[in-house]
Amino acid sequence: MTANEVAYNGKVEGDVIVTKADAVINWIRKHSVWPMPMGLACCAIELMASAASRYDISRFGMEVMRFSPRQSDCMIVAGTVTYKMAEVVRRIYDQMGDPKWVVAMGACASTGGMYRSYAVMQGVDTIVPVDVYVSGCPPRPEALLDAMMKLQDKIGGESSVQNLKGEPNTAVAS
Amino acid sequence: MIDQDFTESLLSRFKSVTKRHHEDCLTLECDSSEVAELLFHLRDEETFDLMVDLTAIDHGELAEIRFSVVSHLYSRIHRDYLRIHSICGDNESPSFPSVSSIFPAANWHEREAYDMFGIHFTDHPNLKRILMWDGYPYYPLRKDFPLAGIETPLPADDVAEVTQASVDPAPMMGGPFVSTIDGNMSDSEPRAKDESWTEETEKPS
Repeated sequence: MTANEVAYNGKVEGDVIVTKADAVINWIRKHSVWPMPMGLACCAIELMASAASRYDISRFGMEVMRFSPRQSDCMIVAGTVTYKMAEVVRRIYDQMGDPKWVVAMGACASTGGMYRSYAVMQGVDTIVPVDVYVSGCPPRPEALLDAMMKLQDKIGGESSVQNLKGEPNTAVAS
Repeated sequence: MIDQDFTESLLSRFKSVTKRHHEDCLTLECDSSEVAELLFHLRDEETFDLMVDLTAIDHGELAEIRFSVVSHLYSRIHRDYLRIHSICGDNESPSFPSVSSIFPAANWHEREAYDMFGIHFTDHPNLKRILMWDGYPYYPLRKDFPLAGIETPLPADDVAEVTQASVDPAPMMGGPFVSTIDGNMSDSEPRAKDESWTEETEKPS
């Protein structure tokens, strides 16, 4: 290596990079999150705003919103989860391939919000494991983007190799 | 506007129709057996061809007549609303003749009234729950049903088994949560009316 070369020179080490498998897997995963927009109420409007040009969720590599659970790995529960809808939310979660994450967007999805009533589930974490909760009614797009960055941090710290070998993660917060 | 002659002609034409106290639009009391005939007449002869709303009232468990059905009609010619109030005979299993063959708009309204109050609309083409799921055992807008709800199993057995979740009464710590009408709007956000009790310390009786 000559003294004036400052960048990484692949020829020296023969195109080999030494690192941890977890670091590589997590780095790949966290920069290609494919969200599943589970839009159930007004939060879905803010979710759409985060995807549009002004807030632009694609800056974080997660603009590929898929309406099929088979093609997505992060369910954004945006809105009020009624007991009637809870079944659907859980089924869609079950249909998503591993690894998968859930973001509870807004007060309703996190805790039932202002709906203290017979019809509304008091937080979607009753039926699916939630990774990130977002406050707000509805949260601003920035709040959702912040939550997604928090999720990226969380994905970055996961023991992915261990989970690959182990049983699928079916733990549910009860 | 509806004039006096209109009201008089209706009252003389239908035996069971009487005037009822009202503070906005003309309100008529009608026997449930004559409602279909009255609606046909209003729709075809009197231009009341828009069904604005159909709903029910629960007057309470102790009331002599517990349930009644209220429908609102609008006439684009008269430019006025008309309200028809009819009582449901049976307090235990209330029923009412469906008017969805006269006003198709009443179809979903009647399903909602059935869902929320348990009023059985006879001859309805598709009388099943519209908001709550099929098989839900209660009628939520009845006076004896608590706002927080009553514990029941989740509609899907397999989901309930995996998640160990059920339909639970909502936490009502200090609630119900209501907004006050008076004062600034910024101060009247919905909040607990009585914060002296919580889930831990019982509500003073």
